[in-house]
Amino acid sequence: MKYQSQAVAKPYFVAAIVLFVAQITFGLIIGLQYVIGDFLFPEIPFNVARMVHTNTLIVWLLFGFMGAAYYLVPEESETELHSPWLAKLMFWVFLVAAGLTVAGYLLVPYSGLAKLTGNSLLPTMGREFLEQPTITKLGIVVVALAFLFNIGMTVLKGRKTVVNLVLLLGLVGLAVFFLFSFYNPTNVVLDKYFWWWTVHLWVEGVWELILGSILAFVLIKVTGVDREVIEKWLYVIIAMTLITGIIGTGHHFYWIGTPEYWQWLGSIFSALEPIPFFMMAVFAFNMVNKRRRNHPNRVATLWALGTAVMAFLGAGVWGFLHTLAPVNYYTHGTQITAAHGHMAFFGAYVMINLTMISYAMPLLRGRTLANSSRQQTLETWAFWLMTISIVLITLFLTGAGILQTYMQRVSVTPQPFMAVQEQISLFYWLREYTGLVFLLGLTLYIASFFVGRKDPEPAVAN
Amino acid sequence: MSNTLTIEGVRQPPGDFAIWIFIMAELLVFAIFFAAYAMTRMSHVELFNEFQLQLNRRAALANTLVLITSSYFVVRAVSAISGGKARSCLRWLLAAMGMGGLFICIKSAEFAHHFALGVNLSTNLFYMFYLSLTFFHFMHVILGLVILGAVAYKTRQGHYSAMNHTGVETAAAYWHMVDLVWLILFPLVYVMR
Repeated sequence: MKYQSQAVAKPYFVAAIVLFVAQITFGLIIGLQYVIGDFLFPEIPFNVARMVHTNTLIVWLLFGFMGAAYYLVPEESETELHSPWLAKLMFWVFLVAAGLTVAGYLLVPYSGLAKLTGNSLLPTMGREFLEQPTITKLGIVVVALAFLFNIGMTVLKGRKTVVNLVLLLGLVGLAVFFLFSFYNPTNVVLDKYFWWWTVHLWVEGVWELILGSILAFVLIKVTGVDREVIEKWLYVIIAMTLITGIIGTGHHFYWIGTPEYWQWLGSIFSALEPIPFFMMAVFAFNMVNKRRRNHPNRVATLWALGTAVMAFLGAGVWGFLHTLAPVNYYTHGTQITAAHGHMAFFGAYVMINLTMISYAMPLLRGRTLANSSRQQTLETWAFWLMTISIVLITLFLTGAGILQTYMQRVSVTPQPFMAVQEQISLFYWLREYTGLVFLLGLTLYIASFFVGRKDPEPAVAN
Repeated sequence: MSNTLTIEGVRQPPGDFAIWIFIMAELLVFAIFFAAYAMTRMSHVELFNEFQLQLNRRAALANTLVLITSSYFVVRAVSAISGGKARSCLRWLLAAMGMGGLFICIKSAEFAHHFALGVNLSTNLFYMFYLSLTFFHFMHVILGLVILGAVAYKTRQGHYSAMNHTGVETAAAYWHMVDLVWLILFPLVYVMR
């Protein structure tokens, strides 16, 4: 850690990991509810548990991004953070807001929560992933603005690097597109249309810029390759991300009542969305092959390479699988989507956060370069267990999705939704068992913070 | 040069290697777009033929000549800087940008004509392809102009010399790509029947 103020990143990373555990717990609950419908009913119904699963995911990723920015920006700018106390204050505001929101989901019926939080004054609730009460959304805006102010001022007063500027561009985009969550038109088509401006333009647009810049930062640190080379890759990757991703939004507009041309534009542009992810994978391996030093934090390098590969598979390949309009006509909203969602979120955004945490946390906790060998071995086990189980979960859900698509929509004797669900329950069981393996991986991951904590750091290879 | 992407032992194309990765990716995007156009046309030949006649082929031919000329100017700019003549390079770059600007004017007039007639993406399949393909290319001309502008600015600031002018070659490579795409787009959308 080169600058004192980088320390504000630590509570953000801790909160991220705590919420990650909550996300996985609720994931296991809804996974079981897929096959045992009344499990935990009526205390935690499926819709509530799913809301907690997806919302905690989004919030912990945001915690992670903010922590990453607070760690990365002072180091890149070569200056202390503009206001460390503002960062600490916003951490508590965000954590309390997130905690109260989750408690609200679990303790009060959703309609009651809407009434309690005065949703009728500015109705924004009730839309998938953006279920947060309006007051929470306003809190997110306040936190985001204070965060952007803090980061922006730091960048302005310090050294301006490409990594910093791309990250800032991504973070500004993140804040701007979140504003569409406040726009709630009565027309259902417009409602869905602009809903995607937050959802799609986040994960297939500006978040990719954040991902690219964090990956670039970690690769600069662990490989020692010239910054200029890495920055050029970053330029090419973000240019392709924006060229394909923005119009690629069209792949959500096929069947919601928007004009037919979206089937063409959405298909063509989103079919090319794997390109920037492919470039990222080539980039990461290229940089590691050209490395000028063997950084003792081997597991951070592993996470970085894992991010590049899994993002390409999950977001790129599994996205392409059902992005063309003639294919999506059959697969829309089936388990194929769930398969893609799981591997893309894990591969791109979970892994980039874990990459950053893996690189920064040892330094934030007083290590000079890396964790002890025992800690790294545990974390490596966690990496493989979580990654392999996500691959298996994705494959099981893909199997379920293919069968579902066929039995429900393609076969000459189509069957109703629930009848099909019962017949593919084997896949849901397999997914649930694999989820337990994932939980084991997550447990080892958390253990890696404590077991071997007192051991010495590994020797520097060169 | 340390800040240029290189593969050891392989003869490098002119300009920065990164721009070639970008150019390949861009060409792939256009190739898929062209393929979609061609395959759709196969099942709607009459519709495509009928509405192709509504396009202004003279304006498009003029634009083809304008872009080829601008590419020639860019070639002259590169050869000027290779000989160490920065002032001459700047003049050729500005001339190329002038031609790019002329392309934008002619194409805008074409778009204005169609919009005045009420043509939009939903009018029919042909117009959907015509508008989206030409507009996507139009945006690339603008991006190309921005790149040429940045390089012209740096030329004026004295950043390039006979020994060091990778930036000029990089911009030239991108501009030729924009030109090349139009050379396929023009016959495909305006002429071929």
